[in-house]
Amino acid sequence: VTTVFGVPLPAILGQLMLGLVNGSFYALLSLGLAVIFGLLGVVNFAHGAFYMLGAFAAYVGLQVLGINYWWALLLAPLAVGLLGVVIERLFLRHLYQVEPVYGLLLTFGIALIAEGIMRSLFGSSGKSYPVPALLQGGFNLGFMVLPIYRAWVVLASVTVCAMTWFLIERTRLGAMLRAATENARLVQAFGINVPLMVMCTYGAGVALAALAGVLAAPVIQVSPLMGSSLVIVVFAVVVIGGMGSIVGAIVSGLVLGLVEGLTKVVYPEASNIVVFIIMAVVLIWRPAGLFGKEQ
Amino acid sequence: MRAQIVVYGVLAALALIAPFLGLYPVFLMKLLCFAMFACAFNLLLGYTKMLSFGHAAYFGASAYVTGWLTTVHGWGTVEAILGGVAVSMLLGLVIGAIAVRRQGIYFAMITLALAQVVYFICLQAQFTGGENGLQGIPRGSLLGLIGLGDDRIMYYFVLAVFVGVFIFIRRIVHSPFGQVLKAIRANEPRAISLGYKVDRYKLTAFVLSASLAGLAGSLKALVLGFATLSDVSQTTSGEVILMTLLGGSGTFLGPVIGANVVVTLQEYLSDIVGAWVSVIIGAIFVVCVMIFRRGFVGEIERRFARRAA
Repeated sequence: VTTVFGVPLPAILGQLMLGLVNGSFYALLSLGLAVIFGLLGVVNFAHGAFYMLGAFAAYVGLQVLGINYWWALLLAPLAVGLLGVVIERLFLRHLYQVEPVYGLLLTFGIALIAEGIMRSLFGSSGKSYPVPALLQGGFNLGFMVLPIYRAWVVLASVTVCAMTWFLIERTRLGAMLRAATENARLVQAFGINVPLMVMCTYGAGVALAALAGVLAAPVIQVSPLMGSSLVIVVFAVVVIGGMGSIVGAIVSGLVLGLVEGLTKVVYPEASNIVVFIIMAVVLIWRPAGLFGKEQ
Repeated sequence: MRAQIVVYGVLAALALIAPFLGLYPVFLMKLLCFAMFACAFNLLLGYTKMLSFGHAAYFGASAYVTGWLTTVHGWGTVEAILGGVAVSMLLGLVIGAIAVRRQGIYFAMITLALAQVVYFICLQAQFTGGENGLQGIPRGSLLGLIGLGDDRIMYYFVLAVFVGVFIFIRRIVHSPFGQVLKAIRANEPRAISLGYKVDRYKLTAFVLSASLAGLAGSLKALVLGFATLSDVSQTTSGEVILMTLLGGSGTFLGPVIGANVVVTLQEYLSDIVGAWVSVIIGAIFVVCVMIFRRGFVGEIERRFARRAA
């Protein structure tokens, strides 16, 4: 067996693959966080909770209503996104006038509520969600077996990220969105319904988190606390990429997933904290983040 | 002013006779420890508008270090407390130096992320006992003179430390240093243009706050006899924010009242409603942020100010 630094190559590739899968989740989550932050100026602490709700929506959909994976991919983000729209309308909207930290605190409270409710209903133990029949098994690449489902997660996530990037950077709707990010009042003066746009943006960002949750359901245990520590990693990812930067969020999500996977091979004890260490280094070296602009 | 003296006098009298009112001393001490923690946090949020989302790191790290020094190395109580405080001071210096480079929500996210590093170190390191935490931490004695095993004696010790910390924080806030902090809170660019080294002031406030949070954590470990992962978790970081916000950030008594309300709620509700406690805490968070941003004491002070005007 080929080895690199005394570690068998298949083991390294296996961890890199796992890292890339995690990176796909980071990318989807930090993308939603960046889009929401860009337009609303709110750091959405409930992002991990919405990811968890997405996974639970898929789980409950399958167990109770018999909704299969493919429909869950569509319906769960829709349902959770709708919940996001309601939260924006009822709560977040009233906080745009006060300091941004209140948005963070509000969404923290919402995350506590969501996690508490799910813990009361389902308990803390993890639930398993079956891999859909079409995506079971793996390709034999000769040097390692690539599980089809994991490849699908990476493919789906990169596609969705690319589509979101295109929507924001290359379409008329995206142009309005970016303009509203720069100067909401001016855009409103042109007759564009900015509050509606803000509401839908929050819903869309939240739906991305829920989509990540559905994609994650078959590879991790679905549990009420699955999002609470993930959201902190995603915060670090967004800080590294540069707050509000779409490309930064996607690229640093994927890359940091890979780095984390590699750390698991080289020095497993540090794999939980490597992203935070990188964040600290980036902050000292480039306070605005790798892709962020200095104000 | 006279009203203030009356309020403090009544509170001091209540605190002195509390153990004789049939209240469980350990619970009272827990209240005092979290009140101290919230006061330390308030020094940062209330007087410099810096929202640290990782204050459990200093609280918990100090609890672990104090527990480790007493159980494994047999250090005396006072030395172990000072050891714990020194560690949280150092942590505050390192994390603060990185975090004060950014403001507002960035500051919050950075402190949160770096506190998570402390959490994982506590989870994986040998000396913390991993998932089990440290159990059976002895209270020892005050410099070998007064044994602290008795709950009432321990209570008065914790109360004395708490009063000391409370007066110390009041002193800091009213000092020239505190005035500069308030100036930074009001208008940071202007403070910079007046020649103040703003980052250095913020870092000093951060280290002070982290050290006092550590002191609260050390005492908590001694009072309850254990240090666990929940002491360093983001939940605890969130709770201290809630305590401060609910009682009134930027007021002296607010954090004390907030801590009492939150800890009492948790103590009595967790037996009755189980996991719904976090739903209730979350709901209080939402209410506080939406319609009660001044907190209890902030609202009362505003009423008084209006009547006086």
